[in-house]
Amino acid sequence: MTERLSPALSEALSRADAAAGPPSSLRARRRLLQLLLALATWALVYARLEVLASWLTFGLLGLDRRSSLSAAVEFFLYEAPKVLMLLALIVLGVGIVRSFFTAERTRRALAGKGQGAGNLLAGLLGVVTPFCSCSAVPLFIGFVTAGVPLGVTFSFLIAAPMVNEVALALLFALFGWRVAALYLASGLSIAIVAGMVIGRLRLERWVEPWVHGIDTTAAVSEAGMTWEDRLRLGVVAVKDIGGKVWPFVLAGIAVGAGIHGYVPQDLLAAFMGRDAWWSVPLAVLIGIPLYSNAAGMMPVAQALLGKGAALGTVLAFMMSTTALSLPEMVILRKVLAGRLIAVLVGVVGLGILAVGYLFNVLL
Amino acid sequence: VEIKVLGTGCASCRLLYRAAEEAIARSGRTATLSKVEAVEEIMRYGVMTTPALVIDGRVVFAGKVPAAREIAKAISASAVGDGV
Repeated sequence: MTERLSPALSEALSRADAAAGPPSSLRARRRLLQLLLALATWALVYARLEVLASWLTFGLLGLDRRSSLSAAVEFFLYEAPKVLMLLALIVLGVGIVRSFFTAERTRRALAGKGQGAGNLLAGLLGVVTPFCSCSAVPLFIGFVTAGVPLGVTFSFLIAAPMVNEVALALLFALFGWRVAALYLASGLSIAIVAGMVIGRLRLERWVEPWVHGIDTTAAVSEAGMTWEDRLRLGVVAVKDIGGKVWPFVLAGIAVGAGIHGYVPQDLLAAFMGRDAWWSVPLAVLIGIPLYSNAAGMMPVAQALLGKGAALGTVLAFMMSTTALSLPEMVILRKVLAGRLIAVLVGVVGLGILAVGYLFNVLL
Repeated sequence: VEIKVLGTGCASCRLLYRAAEEAIARSGRTATLSKVEAVEEIMRYGVMTTPALVIDGRVVFAGKVPAAREIAKAISASAVGDGV
């Protein structure tokens, strides 16, 4: 293997070297080489998945080409490795991107920002700033006490689960850029509008009073990161998220395969199609108590769409499973009055409904 | 050395607690380990992302679960700083 690097990569590498100092430059170079090798292998395998799945189904297992079973089996054998491989690559990329953002930096960017521009920025940062859902309350307090307006804080907290970056990337890979762009734009719009509405309503008095008495100025030290650190974070994210979601993904693909093979074409059009007006609110209501993983939902969504379900209905269902979760509301109750939570759920729920109907009408 | 794990009781908080236990054993120092689960108290450390690890009153890690090896290093560094 020769050490030939593209100009962009060697430039990134030399920048990494400058940041890391000379002793680790050799190690960084070796890491980069490993990464390139892994990416090349990934691409080679990925390009042959379809051929492989059909060979396994019809050649090795010898299944009848016209049967429902072979359709389901082929769907599973093709989709399972495909979605898992995409997921690994996406999570790696997202992990690296996220290493550039921290909650502290985001808070500094948002402090003192006004309506509108502040909400937009908060929504965008909500998509990329890494935090676990159990941090919602500390983040909320940290933002509010540092002078981030309540509405802007909510735009951030709504956008984070609403526009799941892994879901976004999977949508792009499975359905194309149009659907991914619509998902991003509509999710962001809901977060921005909901935050602005909450900001306008002047609901500050519904924040539990003890919140304002807290001093959160004690700063956490932020160490600089090398490219090697960032890559390592990406790999950790793949292991972490991949390890958690693969059962959901496989279960989702199995359900998807069943739908693909056995549900007659257009059967779902009757009750999940665009003409069934009640399907959107129903999808949202079912989605609230259901906690699911966005990545696991994707293959189900794909199969549903293939059988005549309307895109808006499916999107509304996905958004409500991830954005309106019951456990999170229970945690938020600690700092917010019940009425504020009701407003939050109402505004976000209405937003999701609007997106569902909009997509069903437009597409 | 006094070590505290800040977190509202989610899965990664438990992971961090276990990693801290392992780190103490690795570092070979005597340390007390405790959990802080009340949001009010967690906020007093200026932490916005949990889980977080506090060593002798100083927030060392926030918003992630570091490897036991890294925690052990931080414990040793803190102990040296105290002149122990």
